[in-house]
Amino acid sequence: MALRPYAAAKRTLTVADKLMEINWGLVLLIVLIAIAGIAMLYSVAGGHFQPWALRQIGHFTLGLIVMLLAATIDIRMWMSLAYPAYGVALLLLIAVDVVGHVGLGAQRWISLGPLDLQPSELMKISLVLALSRYLHGKSVEEVSKPVPLAIGLAMIAVPAIFVFLQPNLGTTLIIVADGCSLLFLAGLSWWWIAPTLAAVAAAVPLAWRFWLHDYQKARVETFLNPEADSLGAGWNITQAKIAIGSGGVSGKGFLQGTQSRLNFLPEKQTDFIWTSFCEEFGFVGALALLILFAVVIFYGLQTAISARSQFGRLLAMGVILNFFFYIMINGAMVMGLIPVVGIPMPLLSYGGSAMLTVMFGFGLLMSVHIHRQVEIPRHSGGII
Amino acid sequence: MPLFDKKDKSRYATFTRRAAGMGGGMTAIFAILAGRLYQLQIRDGSQYMVEAEDNRISERLIVPPRGRILDRFGTELASNRRNYRVLLVSEQATEGVANALDNIGKVIFLTDQQKKKVMHDVAMNKKFVPVPVVENLSWEDFSRINLHLPYLPGIQPDVGETRDYPFGPQMVHVLGYVAAVSPEELKRDDDPLLSLPGYRIGKRGIEREYEENVRGTAGASRVEVNAYGRIIRELGKNPGTPGEDVWLTIDRQVQQVASEKLAGESAACVVMDVTNGDVIALASTPGFDPNLFNVGLTGEEWRGLTTNDHKPLLNKVMGGTYPPGSTFKPAVALAAIEAGIATPDYHVHCNGVFVFGGHQFHCWRKGGHGSLDVEGALQHSCDVFFYETARRVGIDRIAAAARMLGLGAATGIELPGERSGLVPSREWKQKTYHQSWQQGDTLSVGIGQGYVTATPLQLCVQAARIASGRAVLPRLVHSVGAKLVQRSEAPRLNFSDEALATVRSGMNKVMNDPGGTAYTWRIAQPGFEMAGKTGTAQVRVYSREEHARGITKDAHLDWKLRDHGLFIGFAPVDSPRYAIVSVVEHGAVGHPQVVAAHDIMLFCQQRDPARHPAAWPVTSAAAFQPEQSGRQSAIIPASYKAGG
Repeated sequence: MALRPYAAAKRTLTVADKLMEINWGLVLLIVLIAIAGIAMLYSVAGGHFQPWALRQIGHFTLGLIVMLLAATIDIRMWMSLAYPAYGVALLLLIAVDVVGHVGLGAQRWISLGPLDLQPSELMKISLVLALSRYLHGKSVEEVSKPVPLAIGLAMIAVPAIFVFLQPNLGTTLIIVADGCSLLFLAGLSWWWIAPTLAAVAAAVPLAWRFWLHDYQKARVETFLNPEADSLGAGWNITQAKIAIGSGGVSGKGFLQGTQSRLNFLPEKQTDFIWTSFCEEFGFVGALALLILFAVVIFYGLQTAISARSQFGRLLAMGVILNFFFYIMINGAMVMGLIPVVGIPMPLLSYGGSAMLTVMFGFGLLMSVHIHRQVEIPRHSGGII
Repeated sequence: MPLFDKKDKSRYATFTRRAAGMGGGMTAIFAILAGRLYQLQIRDGSQYMVEAEDNRISERLIVPPRGRILDRFGTELASNRRNYRVLLVSEQATEGVANALDNIGKVIFLTDQQKKKVMHDVAMNKKFVPVPVVENLSWEDFSRINLHLPYLPGIQPDVGETRDYPFGPQMVHVLGYVAAVSPEELKRDDDPLLSLPGYRIGKRGIEREYEENVRGTAGASRVEVNAYGRIIRELGKNPGTPGEDVWLTIDRQVQQVASEKLAGESAACVVMDVTNGDVIALASTPGFDPNLFNVGLTGEEWRGLTTNDHKPLLNKVMGGTYPPGSTFKPAVALAAIEAGIATPDYHVHCNGVFVFGGHQFHCWRKGGHGSLDVEGALQHSCDVFFYETARRVGIDRIAAAARMLGLGAATGIELPGERSGLVPSREWKQKTYHQSWQQGDTLSVGIGQGYVTATPLQLCVQAARIASGRAVLPRLVHSVGAKLVQRSEAPRLNFSDEALATVRSGMNKVMNDPGGTAYTWRIAQPGFEMAGKTGTAQVRVYSREEHARGITKDAHLDWKLRDHGLFIGFAPVDSPRYAIVSVVEHGAVGHPQVVAAHDIMLFCQQRDPARHPAAWPVTSAAAFQPEQSGRQSAIIPASYKAGG
């Protein structure tokens, strides 16, 4: 990859340099996807900016600012902020149990003035930061040693348990997936990975038996046979499939989606926004959007591989995997491939917390990109 | 310290390798998502499109307005009024039907019985079918329901139509009534309207006989509904066809007078236009209120109707048969004249008793009437004359004359449940009793007793035929919608003018000659004079002991054992236009049937509905009787155009 000489030569970059270094193509891509989401929010509200589209524009604008700020902050600064961020997020997560109020049957919010903060969202990105920093200091051999590995696993497990207890199965899964992916990328030995996978496979029936809540079990049962109770719990999946399927090749057209506008879709503005998009824009539109997502992910991969610090690499990869897991779980869920889990579609679904964390993640990714030439010694703690 | 050491290099290599591997995995998962999209949207797309349409589009039946029933002057006898009602869609009652009913019960009054009925209806119907909870609500209650609607899931306020019979019991035997559809009717008729809960169809009378015409055909509206079943917009609409109005020949006012004059009696009365058979009035008392059937009778009300000894549910006009008694004598007289037996010189001497085959047949007047010709015999209703004459004429010729006068066969009036009465014959007796006809049987028939029976309607037809000399048949329905019920002019009867004139003259003397049996109740107003014939039908035969004890009059007996009083007549005498029959069960004492007939016929002539321009649709007027068409075509009520 051809590096711009001035950027490569300078140890420290000015803000202007950093802004020049931002991949504006990626920003454009993100804006495009977000506009698609806002358009859908406008559509599912029956062609109105209220109650969702206008506020989502606000969320996104705020997210863009957060993203650009995050991008321009030195990667070493992020490294030094990683542990404190993790600590704060963990404290907030615990606080949710105390002051959080009940929404959608699960305690997930903290009201911070006008913004409902979802600490589990914050936790995801903080975990990526903290784990990247931790693993930055570990060689391939060290990662697989019991004590460092146990510490890494504990960093994943503690927030995962709190999120799970909220209860929020979807986010728990993503936190665990994010964390384990980072361990894997840091070089965890297959001697650990293979038996763990086997153990997980064995644990699934036990989890079913003892850990899952009734509503979670109901979702899985519904998933396995949605038509059995097409007016009850299976309704969501059945109606989502009808919405997507009825879009056909070219869709029903913008503002013409009957399934969402007539309220046949549940949670149409959040988890099921993708179905509305598929209904109105058809296979062509949905595929185009998938490709946009794929391009963003490809850019993230490229950024990760080209970074010269292990922290940057892990951070970029963590961010992009987080993004990917959202898409995978939400997409598979609404298309009836996996049980219903409460996961929004990134950039498309309505919601301030999710939008801000996703955009913050992209900011970190861009920071990695801008500071890709920065080399950080293995035992460094960042800019101190 | 070098920035890069060997370990860094190795872990970078591991990272790159593994990240690339994950990239591959992510690509694979994107491919799966895209494949699933292909599967849903392209492979199965058309199927899901159908399901989405099914979701959003729902068909609703549009109930057509039921056709009205109107009298000859356009007065609404059966109409529709607004019915504010509350429906329940069990599928949408998210908190259960019982809870929904409790909630409505907090807003308007609901009895436990009503609640039970709704639970039953809900169980009998599909989940999405609206079931009526309460009907005929006051506007205040209806508004209250609408106000509380947001807290009443599954409840639908609805403005329907309900049948209204403004004249209640007076018209019920003509109109019938509407009531809920029975399971058998549902099986017979596959009209989707019948399956609607709360739908009502005609059960008796015109309502039943013309059900197909007044019902109309159901329309349908295709509506877009949201997930909660609420209608978002209408996509298409076939309004259906409203039911046709049925125009009767009845004059509501004559009908009212007839009903009032016979009120309190168990009686029947028909007034007919002798020229064409138009039924001006058709009353059977007591009646009952058809509006009750619409709302639903209580068990007690129903028992009251069925156990009443005046039989309010029976239309006695064509559902009751009676021995015609002396009202049959004109038929015997006609037969005798036509047979050449009763010539102008023909006389029979009555000494009060007629001896035949060792039996004594008494005349109603002890001591007898002396020598009488046909007219005198009719005037005095002499039994001995008609015993002797019937004996000479024979049952065959009497029966033939009676049939020609319309007895012994159903008249074909447009009402269900008509009975045909009986004109006996030799073959009939052989077939029924396996006995040969006896002359004694003929004697009984000669005075309208014995085997002969007739409905009041047939007796009215008899009077009309004697008056007009034509084979008129009664009809109630003039036109359906704008379509005239086609009828050809009645053919002349096969009686000579002289014979008819003699009988009419005899019937004239009954009322207008001081010696006539009904002289007391003659119509004295000039120009309105009525001819007629009274009759008494024995319910039982007085035994020898009763004769001995002096019980020979009805006044001595219980109501149920008294004789029936009958009367037939026509007016005006000089050029007959109206025929009348009135029959009062067990009413021979004081001749209430003649009193009523006098009042009704006088009122009818003074009003003269048959010569009054009627409000029938213009298309039918053109095809109607030529002498009337000129006058009738002028008037078409605005209400008909608007409502028809």
